[in-house]
Amino acid sequence: MANKAGAAGISAKVELPEQEPIASARYRGIGQTYGALIALIVLLLYNAFFTPNFLTAQTISVNLTQVATIVIVATGMTLVIATGGIDLSVGSLMAIAGALAPLIFLEKLVSIGNSAITLPLAYVVPVIVAGLFGAFNGTLITRFKIQPIIATLVLFIAGRGIAQVVTNGNLQAFNDPVFQYIGLGRPLGIPFQVILMVVIVAIVAWVMRATTFGRYVLAAGGNEAAARLAGVPVNAVKLAVYTISGLLCGIAGLIVIAINSSSDANLVGLNMELDAIAAVAVGGTPLTGGRATVVGTFIGALIMQLIRFTLLAHGVPDAAALVVKAAIILVAIYVQRQRAV
Amino acid sequence: MATLTAKVPVRSQVSARARATSLLQRQGVLVALALLILFGALRYENFLSVYNIASVLRFNSMFALVALGMTFVIMSGGIDLSVGSVAAFASVIAALLSPYGFLPAIFAPVLVGLLLGFVNGWIIAKYNILPFLVTLAMLLGARGLALIFSNNRTVAASNAYGFINFGNGDVFSVPIPALIMLLAFIIGAVMLNYSRFGRHVLALGGNEDAANLMGLPVDRIKLAVYTISGGLAGLAGVILAAQFGAGQPTEGLGWELSAIASVVVGGTLLTGGLGSVGASLVGALLLGLIFNILNFENGRGFISLSAYWQSVIRGAFLLVVVILQNRLAKRREVERR
Amino acid sequence: MAADLRTDLLLQMEGITKRFPGVLALQDAHLRVGRAEVHALVGENGAGKSTMIKVLTGAYRRDNGTIIFDGRAVDFQSPQQAQANGISTIYQEINLVPLRSVSENIFMGREPLRYGLIDWKRMNYDAAAILQRFGINVDVTQPLTNLNVAVQQMVAIARAVSFQSKLVVMDEPTSSLDEREVATLFDVIRQLKREGVSVIFVSHRLDELFAVCDRVTIMRDGRTVDERPISEITKLQLVARMLGKELSEVRRSGATAFSEGVHQARQELLQAEGLRRGRVLQGADVNVRAGEIVGLAGLLGAGRSETARAIFGADSVEAGQVQMNGETVHFRSPSDAIRAGIGFSPEDRKTEGIIPYMSVRENITLALLPTLTRYGIIDRKKQDEIVLKFIERLGIKTSGPDQPIRELSGGNQQKVLLARWLCMNPKLLILDEPTRGIDVGAKGEIQTLINELADNGLGVLMISSELEELIEGADRVVVLRDGRTVAELPHQAVSQDGIMAAMAHGSEQIAPKAERGANG
Repeated sequence: MANKAGAAGISAKVELPEQEPIASARYRGIGQTYGALIALIVLLLYNAFFTPNFLTAQTISVNLTQVATIVIVATGMTLVIATGGIDLSVGSLMAIAGALAPLIFLEKLVSIGNSAITLPLAYVVPVIVAGLFGAFNGTLITRFKIQPIIATLVLFIAGRGIAQVVTNGNLQAFNDPVFQYIGLGRPLGIPFQVILMVVIVAIVAWVMRATTFGRYVLAAGGNEAAARLAGVPVNAVKLAVYTISGLLCGIAGLIVIAINSSSDANLVGLNMELDAIAAVAVGGTPLTGGRATVVGTFIGALIMQLIRFTLLAHGVPDAAALVVKAAIILVAIYVQRQRAV
Repeated sequence: MATLTAKVPVRSQVSARARATSLLQRQGVLVALALLILFGALRYENFLSVYNIASVLRFNSMFALVALGMTFVIMSGGIDLSVGSVAAFASVIAALLSPYGFLPAIFAPVLVGLLLGFVNGWIIAKYNILPFLVTLAMLLGARGLALIFSNNRTVAASNAYGFINFGNGDVFSVPIPALIMLLAFIIGAVMLNYSRFGRHVLALGGNEDAANLMGLPVDRIKLAVYTISGGLAGLAGVILAAQFGAGQPTEGLGWELSAIASVVVGGTLLTGGLGSVGASLVGALLLGLIFNILNFENGRGFISLSAYWQSVIRGAFLLVVVILQNRLAKRREVERR
Repeated sequence: MAADLRTDLLLQMEGITKRFPGVLALQDAHLRVGRAEVHALVGENGAGKSTMIKVLTGAYRRDNGTIIFDGRAVDFQSPQQAQANGISTIYQEINLVPLRSVSENIFMGREPLRYGLIDWKRMNYDAAAILQRFGINVDVTQPLTNLNVAVQQMVAIARAVSFQSKLVVMDEPTSSLDEREVATLFDVIRQLKREGVSVIFVSHRLDELFAVCDRVTIMRDGRTVDERPISEITKLQLVARMLGKELSEVRRSGATAFSEGVHQARQELLQAEGLRRGRVLQGADVNVRAGEIVGLAGLLGAGRSETARAIFGADSVEAGQVQMNGETVHFRSPSDAIRAGIGFSPEDRKTEGIIPYMSVRENITLALLPTLTRYGIIDRKKQDEIVLKFIERLGIKTSGPDQPIRELSGGNQQKVLLARWLCMNPKLLILDEPTRGIDVGAKGEIQTLINELADNGLGVLMISSELEELIEGADRVVVLRDGRTVAELPHQAVSQDGIMAAMAHGSEQIAPKAERGANG
């Protein structure tokens, strides 16, 4: 074949704009951007008017306290999902951190005898261990190229087992006001974990917005091959997000056991992966990666919490609240769903 | 026209090797199962006793059924996270109906499962929402329904019409649940390999756009796989209630993930488009056998591993399998290059 | 333009109008295809070819017009319905299921049954029979993914034929085929014609149109501007009609926007020698001097992109060495290469270039970020300065730096990707098909830009399938064949015949006419 390729650029891949009617696009745009916020405001207004004692410091404090661990874990989950991944192991990592801390400050592992040493260790070691397990997830995903859902399934199954094995499945009860400050402390009357939650959300939201790391997370999730060719250290970024997710799980695990004054490896962080993913999805971060809103996740978690609270306050049992929660997740995702690209 | 053949290089050699690899991949699970059985048989006295085999099959049949449904869902390129709570809900319905007759207690929960699966499939197909999220919502919703119907507590099942026998009885010394499971897998294997539906499920999972353009009823296929998965989860719930004599609204936690693990261990691609029904059965039995062997090991008295080790070992096992599969796939890719 | 029924025609589309919000994609366009005819449908970017086909197959609803197919008015609701009525479409990206067997792909949806179960034996037998009709012998039980792209394309055609299709629409079927495979495809098309099947052939490769088509319909700006037997028009006339220009204008303007002159080549910049990787690279050598445009030519699968990727550190190599400025370097990842001053714009913009949901700003500065940050924090002011500068300099048409890149046209996306590399002031730019799939205007601008860059001392390694681009644009052309460098043609020696001979035979000297003449 005489390949005297065509004259003047007749290369043509037609790329006609397949726009949809502008009005509907705008309408959906609002749903995508502000849907979660509007839902939150509606819920708040509803409760302000119809739920007795809603606008009291105590009610607000209770709600924020309950949602804090979910928000902290969901923040890490947002980063993971932004890279196009998922982390099913979050609950198990919380359990591991929750199991380790009492072992350290109750000196069941090694006897140090000085709480000035054991207490900081009880904070730091469990969080680091959870971070290392997160790094393990990240290694499976980046080095062994295992799909995130399967890679984190490994620790979902094994992680809680590890926590149970370490504690022999026993409930570890304790009473240590200094350690439990993370869950029970109230500087300026504000629950400490609420402050922690706000700080974490603020930092991560800022990181996503203002730093190279944030860009890299979105680039890795948006188009991995392209990101690599643009010099984005995709593997390092992924490793980092799973590690961050692990670290945040560690912190959340400590908060949970501090509130309960006990650590039960069977229960700490149970179903957390579902709550966290739901918060991320309701908050408007698509599960397909490449986009993320940390503040949205915060709002998403608040919505889920408020719905539960509202239903309980009006005498709807927890079980029925689950059904409503399910419906809300679907509605939220339907409203925010992206048009097919 | 004969000369044309020469112009089109056909890489049949590579394909033979690729097929051999995939065969190895599939048989690898079988080999692992055989080794595990051999290990048990040599090490423990009663391991191959009728009683032990029967009890392993009896206990694992519900997990295997859920894994069967999950196999079809995953082959279609989807995922079903709701199986555990659907099974729990079904077990509650079964227990509630058990005083009123055998057939209602068996079939009503299966119908409920089919219905919930249908709802999953309908939302996924009609509104084009990620299966992960839809079935996540159903996971919560079905759990809520289970708790509502059971009033937050375990519901004792009645044996007035022989419902309990359904879980604990034998036919020709084969446990009834195991029979049902085997039957379901045979039907499933025939469906996958010899029915249009089965092939279309694989086509859908392999390339949805192509399936659409080929005129396959994509929405109906999706609807069907989730409905089947829901129905099998319902059946698993019936067996659960019959075996333990109670409807258990809080059972089934993490079933979806163990089912996914069974399917993956069996070699079905999580991305869809490739899979084997038989391998999922092997995968489910393999994971179940680990628990059984742990019990025997503890029974010998040399060591005492708490039951908690079970999940650690299962997790480690999943890890090894996944890494091995990955290596095989990578080698295959290199060979093709 | 009344829609008179003409019995000699298989397909008659008349007065077709299709409106998108803000765009009139088709305006009273027509397309008439005879029986047992291979009909070319041509037009430049945005002319409305694809829209026309989508209207025909029911993928789009038309706003106006009539379609008469095989003697009756039709109004297909979906491609499936069109297929059931005898119109099959074979898309550019092959729409088959890779993991399923050849026979399943042919019969998917209509598997022969026996006692309600799939009759595998018959299905495999029938599939092999259909393929053999086209002279293709393959094991139909193996997964499609084990076969090369050309055979996969044939399977798609076999599937269409097995539907008793009267009309097969091929939308740029040759874009991923090499010359040999194209020849096979053409034999299949001729066989179809003998069997009374009509073909609509959409391609931008003019030679192919003239090789295989009977008639041509030319579209421009959503209208049908010409329709005639292809023997009654020359390539130059065809181009003129497509562009809507006078013949003299086309002739005068030359084929590309490259200047013919040789650049002032300066010191050695890149020397890559003996690159090897698996079967795809078996000793590729390339060197580029500063201020020089080096063309990299070769057939599909000759290892052009692979060479580029190996130099850039995107793929690891088993052997070979790369020198930058005379120093041996080992790039283990693209970021190493980027730090050394190399930019790489990949062939497939969509899958390897753009980050679709990110803004124009972020897409431009993605590779530059490390130098735009302090302690990991992005200097937004500096970032905006650079972004605005390049949007203006390259004439990127965008509503602003915050617009997501996926909303831009192909040409503007390509400019953003060029900006991504230019903003980091590279020494060497590797461009893999920089003008593929973008419209003529943007193409010329990009070619001019590349020229200017080389004038300013940038070394450019340019991969292109368009020989004009290499001949007029490159100072030297390196030809690859089977992963090996087989020829290096200095500017004065660069010619179509030379390049093609080297691509085909491994040396620019031998060019036996007999082997190439078959379709020309």
